[in-house]
Amino acid sequence: MTLPDLSRRRILQGAGIGAGALMLQPWLPAWAQPVSAGLSTLSGEDIHLRVGRDTLDIDGKPARAVSINGTVPAPLLRLKQGEKLRLTVENTLDEETSLHWHGLLVPFQMDGVPGVSFPGIKPHSSFTYEFAIEQAGTYWYHSHSGLQELMGQYGPIVIDPAGAESAPYDRDHVVLLSDHSFVHPERILRNLKLEPGYYNRQRQALAGLLAGKDQKLPDRVAWGKMRMDPTDISDVTGEVLTYLVNGHGPKTNWTALFAPGERVRLRFINAAAMTVFNVRIPGLTMQVVSADGQDVRPVPVDEFQFSPGETFDVIVTPGEDKAFTIVGESVDRSNLAVATLAPRPGMRAAVPPLRERPVPTMKDMGMEMEGMSMRDGANAPQVKLGPGVEMINPMPIDRTGEPGIGLDAKYVGPDHKVLVYKDLVALDANPDVRAAERELEVHLTGAMDRYMWSMDGKTMSEAHEPIPMRAGERVRVTLINDTMMAHPIHLHGHLFELVTGHGSRSPRKHTVNVLPGGKVSWDVTAIGGDWAFHCHLFLHMAMGMMRIVQVRPVPEASA
Amino acid sequence: MRSLAVPLLAALAAPAMAQTADPHAGHHMSGMDMPSPAPQPPKAEAPKDHAMPGMDMSQPAASSDGTEPSGTDQAPGSAEAPTVVHDSPASRYWDPAAMAASTAAEMHPPRPAYSKLLFDLAEHQFREGRDGYRWEGEFWTGDLNRFVIKSEGEGTSGKGIDEAEVQALYARALDPWWNVQIGLRQDIRPRPARTWATLSIEGRAPYQFEVQAAAFLSDKGQLAGRVEAAYGQRITQRLILQPRVEFDLSAQDMPDQRIGAGLSTAELGLRLRFEVRREFAPYVGVNWTWDVGKTADYARADGKDTSERSVVAGIRFWF
Repeated sequence: MTLPDLSRRRILQGAGIGAGALMLQPWLPAWAQPVSAGLSTLSGEDIHLRVGRDTLDIDGKPARAVSINGTVPAPLLRLKQGEKLRLTVENTLDEETSLHWHGLLVPFQMDGVPGVSFPGIKPHSSFTYEFAIEQAGTYWYHSHSGLQELMGQYGPIVIDPAGAESAPYDRDHVVLLSDHSFVHPERILRNLKLEPGYYNRQRQALAGLLAGKDQKLPDRVAWGKMRMDPTDISDVTGEVLTYLVNGHGPKTNWTALFAPGERVRLRFINAAAMTVFNVRIPGLTMQVVSADGQDVRPVPVDEFQFSPGETFDVIVTPGEDKAFTIVGESVDRSNLAVATLAPRPGMRAAVPPLRERPVPTMKDMGMEMEGMSMRDGANAPQVKLGPGVEMINPMPIDRTGEPGIGLDAKYVGPDHKVLVYKDLVALDANPDVRAAERELEVHLTGAMDRYMWSMDGKTMSEAHEPIPMRAGERVRVTLINDTMMAHPIHLHGHLFELVTGHGSRSPRKHTVNVLPGGKVSWDVTAIGGDWAFHCHLFLHMAMGMMRIVQVRPVPEASA
Repeated sequence: MRSLAVPLLAALAAPAMAQTADPHAGHHMSGMDMPSPAPQPPKAEAPKDHAMPGMDMSQPAASSDGTEPSGTDQAPGSAEAPTVVHDSPASRYWDPAAMAASTAAEMHPPRPAYSKLLFDLAEHQFREGRDGYRWEGEFWTGDLNRFVIKSEGEGTSGKGIDEAEVQALYARALDPWWNVQIGLRQDIRPRPARTWATLSIEGRAPYQFEVQAAAFLSDKGQLAGRVEAAYGQRITQRLILQPRVEFDLSAQDMPDQRIGAGLSTAELGLRLRFEVRREFAPYVGVNWTWDVGKTADYARADGKDTSERSVVAGIRFWF
């Protein structure tokens, strides 16, 4: 029962914020306790995970959840590079489940996508994953079945390197950002289908026009003519989502401890189902040392934007004996995830107010010039122009040198350094530096009005056919965003090299955010197997913005 | 040893080369074109780069130091894509029957069906004479293809329903904004009741106007039409002003229904609603209707007003 806990929480909150923060939550692992002094978790080569229904306590309010070993987020898997892992997953649900190891290079049959790499984990049965840990770095794992991920079935993975740590630190903390709703995800999806702007309470209105806010009248008319809403930045927002840090709501304000002068490694994971976050720690510069688990040359930044599926490790060196606020602002500025970095429990720093909601421009639709056609099939012959395709980007541009929606100097000021993909340079030379033998384009398509999402104008079940590649082949993939929203695209089982002008030191990623109006290219060396390839906004994937990448031949099964 | 992908790739490339050497080896490769051995990825030549504090961070990537471009700086080639094969490698590892069932579920999910009941108008009309009431609503189920039931009508308080109709339609999405609908319309009031075949198009026009245009052909061979347009002007996030117009048209005089040829009635409404929730929005407004042309003549002959103004109060709701 959650009731006794709730009343206890209320009493403690009445006694003072610090008291609430100090209280140990017996149902959470040590690393996710409201105060995290350090990390303790599941380690070793034999790990047992139990998936079940649960009630999650968010700032004192109970929410339905799917948990692992009774917690949301799931236990941190703290592993060691080179270990041979046996992960037994027990499914206590009445429905099928699965776990996918996001960013890990595993044999495809261990990748955990039902219907693609294995048959799923049936209700009330167990399944054992076995694979060797090839990599080091920060990753995560989550359900790939139904809408379970939206209900909390996700957890962090940290793999310590077999050798020396290339960005040494005195202390590290996992900072896993996610979004949780008190409304069932099926209901959220239905609301979006019936009224696509259901969760957008920041649309442009006459009152704003008269007050001189947002777009001027001619721009509003121009967007209206295109039947587009420029404030359509996120389809599921803070209206219905609570943004969590390590499972804690903003009121609980999870606290990570440090001693002044320490190098603290914060392992940021975006495990949200539907939320792109802007992350900053006012008063501290963050050195980005790793992206998607792969070491990069340190980049000092004041802020970075990251989308579901991505991870960034940063090192901060707070010298003063004071608290700092870790801010995870949703890209549409509808609400915040909040945590604290402090020398002692109970300390707090000011939480900055939400910043002004950005208004995307014509550039976000790939339209540099007036009069360009926004839905000309000639600009993308491979796309099926049906009811599910509301635009074809007439002039996609490389936006990997841009900081993301709403983080230009116009919104954050000229002296505020925001990470861009082009800043990322791999610390190690890329393992495969051949030129791509061929290239292929994938259009990210959709129609907000009907809440349809697809690739090349077809959902996965409509297209049916996979994207074929040869094992060992080097392919350049260009993702073109034909929608008004950013889409984080994830390829399972691979690390690809972003084409951002860094040659043999291209940053390696497993998930890349494609900005609206933009395109992103990467080179990949195909690994034999069937691999899921999809938008990591879970509802977009559920609606069909997904394909299977079929890489042949597949190595013979070894006994 | 950080670059573990190198041995991994080498391991993957090896069976590919073996396949090429022995054409009989790869039964699962039938249908694939592999004209040349999968090339071995060259060993990365650059040494590990320990970015120690103080190193020159401005140093560009290896490719732009005047030497040949390398890695992703190189332009892609134009090799042919392989052909798709229809196999299930996962079935080598897991129960093939379970895998087949799971793949079918993943690739052919049940076609989603949603449904919505919407009353755009459900209002009391304060008129100069007797007050009245009016409704306009629809229910649909499906997604791109929908089954739709629509109903609209109005009545006079204490005197019963003056006009009422029900439509049963099949709707199909034409593009992201427009649907075409075909089906039947049954008039219940006024008497004598008519049955019509209907063909209509509805959707969102440029500049965000909600538009509906319908043609009706009755069982008596009469042709009629109706055009409606509405616009939702947000004043604040929850306060929305909706102007709407409706024009009824007829191809011929229909004395029984007191409708004349041409434009028969025109209507203008202005409703201000407050969205308490998305699904529930009380509103107030004004509504004008005018009988036009021959229809106005019929009204005058019947001793009725040819125009009517009412103040309305109602609830727009859906679920």
